[in-house]
Amino acid sequence: MTSNETWDALRRFTEARIGLGRSGSAMPTGEVLKFSMAHAKARDAVLTAIDWVPVEAGLAALGLKSIRIESAVADRDSYLRRPDLGRRLSPASRERLAAHAGGKPDLLIIVGDGLSSKAVAANAVPTIAALLPHVARNGWSLGPILLASQARVALGDEAGEFMGARCVAMLIGERPGLSSPDSLGAYLTFAPKVGRKDAERNCISNIRSGGLSHEEAAFKKAWLLKEALRRGLTGVDLKDESNFALEQQPPPAAITAV
Amino acid sequence: MFVSYWAGTAYRFNDLKELMAKATPRRSGDVLAGVAAGSAEENVAAKMALADLPLKRFLNEALVPYETDDVTRLIMDRHDAAAFAPVSHMTVGEFRDWLLSDEASSEALTRLAPGLVPEMAAAVSKIMRNQDLVLAARKCRVVTRFRDTIGLEGRMSVRVQPNHPTDDKRGIAASTIDGLMYGCGDAVIGINPASDNVGAITDLIVMLDEIIRRFEIPTQSCILTHVTTTIEAVRRGAPVDLVFQSIGGTQGVNDSFGVTLAMLKEGREAALSLKRGTVGDNVMYFETGQGSALSADAHHGVDQQTLEARAYAVAREFKPLLVNTVVGFIGPEYLYDGKEIIRAGLEDHFCGKVLGVPMGCDICYTNHAEADQDDMDVLLMMLGAAGVNFIMGIPGADDIMLNYQSTSFHDQLYLREVLGLKRAPEFEAWLQKVGLADDRGRLRPEQASHPLLEHGRRIAA
Repeated sequence: MTSNETWDALRRFTEARIGLGRSGSAMPTGEVLKFSMAHAKARDAVLTAIDWVPVEAGLAALGLKSIRIESAVADRDSYLRRPDLGRRLSPASRERLAAHAGGKPDLLIIVGDGLSSKAVAANAVPTIAALLPHVARNGWSLGPILLASQARVALGDEAGEFMGARCVAMLIGERPGLSSPDSLGAYLTFAPKVGRKDAERNCISNIRSGGLSHEEAAFKKAWLLKEALRRGLTGVDLKDESNFALEQQPPPAAITAV
Repeated sequence: MFVSYWAGTAYRFNDLKELMAKATPRRSGDVLAGVAAGSAEENVAAKMALADLPLKRFLNEALVPYETDDVTRLIMDRHDAAAFAPVSHMTVGEFRDWLLSDEASSEALTRLAPGLVPEMAAAVSKIMRNQDLVLAARKCRVVTRFRDTIGLEGRMSVRVQPNHPTDDKRGIAASTIDGLMYGCGDAVIGINPASDNVGAITDLIVMLDEIIRRFEIPTQSCILTHVTTTIEAVRRGAPVDLVFQSIGGTQGVNDSFGVTLAMLKEGREAALSLKRGTVGDNVMYFETGQGSALSADAHHGVDQQTLEARAYAVAREFKPLLVNTVVGFIGPEYLYDGKEIIRAGLEDHFCGKVLGVPMGCDICYTNHAEADQDDMDVLLMMLGAAGVNFIMGIPGADDIMLNYQSTSFHDQLYLREVLGLKRAPEFEAWLQKVGLADDRGRLRPEQASHPLLEHGRRIAA
């Protein structure tokens, strides 16, 4: 087997840019240009606004009601510079939610655009669909799905507190990588309230085609939620040991077609 | 109250932390925190006032209260007055002049390090230009050891960072082999895991240990998970080399990471108990970065660069092998563009080195920052000239797990070619022994029959 054949064989297991070869010490021309194109696409993805209409339609098809909310951020540029405002609800959103507050659901799911609208478009509805059987099996009550624009993870603290939720799950677009502009993160926070720290959350990241599947993400999320509700906490004191409960290891990452 | 005068205008600063913040070269995080200078002129006036400040002042006035912050207590209680004596009469401005003089030799700087508190390093860095930060750091020598020797003059090490979004062991092994074949890995082979599951973490530790033992590589492994998870892995019998933790410069930011100084001590003792180092016992790997304290709302109105320097006081207490400022990872709300990232990387490296910390730098940016590869080339070049202990090595500079861009295996080759930097001596000898490099350290052309590639074929089979 030649070097190139070996690297091709190894590329079945990772999207990392392995076995690129070199021009002297430097990267070959083709690889430099490929990298530039990937960066250009990621830059464009950060700045593209989310279209909620297909997400709402997908949720409606699952029989789920959704409500749009916004953070206190006005536009994309201030979103990037003012994370503090991205963690707070706009006054109009609080008014909109007031009509639905007080149900005290076990789980409040929020879908936030975060840094990748593409991640939300591709992965939010399938992840929620995969979670629904776990919700039904465990008899958890579910609040309306909140669709949050210009959202940071901690926006879920204020929204969850306002809605009286026992636990909040924020599904949010992660900062786009060159090979993965569409990666969704899922943050679980028990007893959400303004001022919760990051160490008080559990995160499942890289939910996307070629990363963690929607089914496995839902399985992990449900495991964490069950433990969170049982033990009354999330964060560093709640270790993800869900694999121990799995009979089978997850399948290796799928190969993304070029 | 601090006042500086210039051409008949008086500039007033209410207290020491306001003076420090307003003297800081502009960056988005200080603007976000509301502590930045209001104008370019005010920024320079603050630098002038700061230059006239006696260094001693930082021993008498804490920027973060001693009573409520264990990092401040650590800094003050550990201060070595005898080591401080040679510069104790200086102002911040005089200290800059001294640092750049021939009097500040490598030996003098090594002796001085325990006599400096982080606030002194931060203060002087604020009135230093980028070239000053390079020149002064270049004279500092911080050498650490586990299975090889890192930080010697004229040498630079590289962390192989073979991350994978689902911790796929074959994918991680493939990236590791790639890095080793480019002559990388003498700092550490270090994985950021997607999972914090103790069983999965232990599997990764065992896998890296097998590669290191099979090929007799003079390096160490590390899984960058929470310190409590690593302690649990040690308890379960995992072959742990280094203990990792993210740390910050206030008690509050460390709280937000779910970590205490006692936990770091426990982690270090757990790793030391395994006695796995062959040439030394530096067993800790820390990561830091400007902006973490503000992000955790634990900044006490102090500028982000000063708080970052305070994190190095936490680090040096635990005799780390490696301390890595992940400078551009945090995003544009703290460091907006290439210019701010370059400046911060040079500040962090200088402050760490002058405090006696084995500084490396993750020369990096995210896709929501105004930066690109050309900016990273500038920081790479300047940190190479400044004598950075180690940088990252990532396949094609693209971290597919953490979704950001760092330095590639090629980038370190470039820097070695331009600046003549060697690897850790034990690792350099290993590369020659296994036929990957010639006797001058130049990489040989890739051989399909090389045992590392054979290993790759076994993995793929």
